[in-house]
Amino acid sequence: MYTQSFNVQDTPGAKAVASVQSKEDPALQAAFDARIDADGRIEPQDWMPEAYRKTLVRQISQHAHSEIVGMLPEGNWISRAPSLKRKAILIAKVQDEGGHGLYLYSAAETLGTSRDQMLEGLHSGRAKYSSIFNYPTLTWADVGVVGWLVDGAAIMNQVPLCRCSYGPYARAMVRVCKEESFHQRQGYEALLVMMTGTAEQKAMVQDAVNRFWWKCLAMFGPPDADSPNSLQGMRWGIKRISNDDLRQKFIDATVPQAKVLGVTLPDPDLKWNEERQHFDYGQIDWDEFWATVNGNGPCNKERLATRVKAYSEGAWVRDAAMAHARKQQERSMKEAA
Amino acid sequence: MSAAVDYLLHLADNALVLGQRNAEWCGHGPILEEDIAQSNVSLDLIGQARLLYQLAATLKGGAVTEDQLAYFRDTHEFRNYTLLELPHHGPLSGYASSSLDYGTTIVRNFLYSALMALLWEALEKSANADLAAIAAKSLKEVRYHLRHSRDWLVRLGDGTDESHARSQASLDHLFPYTQEFWAHSPAEAAAVEAGIGVDLNTLKADWDAIVDAALAEATLQRPTAGGYVSEGKKGIHSEHLGFLLAEMQSLARAHPNGVW
Ligand SMILES: [Fe+2]
Ligand SMILES: [Fe+2]
Ligand SMILES: [Fe+2]
Repeated sequence: MYTQSFNVQDTPGAKAVASVQSKEDPALQAAFDARIDADGRIEPQDWMPEAYRKTLVRQISQHAHSEIVGMLPEGNWISRAPSLKRKAILIAKVQDEGGHGLYLYSAAETLGTSRDQMLEGLHSGRAKYSSIFNYPTLTWADVGVVGWLVDGAAIMNQVPLCRCSYGPYARAMVRVCKEESFHQRQGYEALLVMMTGTAEQKAMVQDAVNRFWWKCLAMFGPPDADSPNSLQGMRWGIKRISNDDLRQKFIDATVPQAKVLGVTLPDPDLKWNEERQHFDYGQIDWDEFWATVNGNGPCNKERLATRVKAYSEGAWVRDAAMAHARKQQERSMKEAA
Repeated sequence: MSAAVDYLLHLADNALVLGQRNAEWCGHGPILEEDIAQSNVSLDLIGQARLLYQLAATLKGGAVTEDQLAYFRDTHEFRNYTLLELPHHGPLSGYASSSLDYGTTIVRNFLYSALMALLWEALEKSANADLAAIAAKSLKEVRYHLRHSRDWLVRLGDGTDESHARSQASLDHLFPYTQEFWAHSPAEAAAVEAGIGVDLNTLKADWDAIVDAALAEATLQRPTAGGYVSEGKKGIHSEHLGFLLAEMQSLARAHPNGVW
């Protein structure tokens, strides 16, 4: 997973990109604009406005961080998976998310920022990641619900990114989206099986849906009226579909799946609107959403501290690999001399 | 037949317990590539365990399943080497805790993979054709595990002063547990007798050669074996296996009629 499809500024200091007027070479700028307008791809060696580069680095690295932090809530259940088959599926899934992080860090590196720089941003708390991972996974059913709804929401967000104007990001997303839809189906299938089980299992599934439904709707970001940065993203071909449209698509796709599964989505206002040909839905709690984005959710501190711990306790291993490689090189140079 | 089941359970428990241990790294690796690599190793091991439990379940007959064998046997019924149940850190009492140490992980994966690369190869000729097929599949996997852990053993041993000291300490801690590989057990003897299993002592010289060559390259000292010989394969374990199983089995046992 999981970009926040919308444009969240890292804190502090990143300047808004909405009104950037390039002070750069007008001819280059014109060629760039023409390429974007023609739906062409920008590649690493091409000229691009600084603001475009910065926005992409921020968005791709946030996405990469989300993949890595997103390993933790599901990783939480690997050791307790209730069957060997589910254990293997879960390990493979969490491993895939790590792989997504890897492709995305590589894509961002083509813009001239190193993985270490990006990780420094994450570890210092400056860089954001998808807020959905700041909620706890309390039961095994959460694993299935995260696959179904969180990966499901991520797919809605990310499929349009396969057509993103920046080539390496678009290509990474093609591969990522294939795996995310596999995760989504696996999560849903795990829930279908649980719903054939005991009363306790069914209650567990419903409880997980109750806790995750609204958080997943918020994953698409604030209403379009409150997302000024989206416009510049659209202009640049980084964002293709608005937050509200994506959210609507997700809801419309999910309601029938919930019905098949036999769970109730916890929104009394959720009903089909014949005129709009869409489901209407209730009010998302944006205050709670922003509190979590800004560091005050139930697991923000735990998630970040866990990443920092793994990184700092792994320093000696990375140092050893570097030192060994250096020694090897010296030895082969000596031999050659 | 019971000789075959006992032997399969020993092999399966080895794979499951180490797979469960290595999966603890998922999300916590020293570098993203290693996080992914340990997940890979773990997935291979759990895959091996499943095939072995399935075969054992078939031989046992009745309604036995792989999950009953994994989730509903108790500590004393597990037949894995004690080496494989130890936490990823130095020697500590069962209820003490410490951070994951990658040196411990690498040294253990190396010592065990070196054995299994030889054993799976020998088991390709097992009189039990199903086990021979599992061995052929597992051999490919363990050759990767051996290469991966050996490469890292050399990096850690040869790397910095700190990594050298840490990997030597892991080796000193874990090496004595390898004595169990060569110790007699009735279950193994019965499997050898039946032509299903392999007498590990016929593999020891090759194992020594693999280990000595890697340690030399890693500039690490082979500890002199001796002292306590662990007996996990006879069902007498360390304090650590109980905790590992309590966690692993908790959900399945809380919902004995659950379907997953
Ligand atoms: Fe992902
Ligand atoms: Fe993603
Ligand atoms: Fe995913």
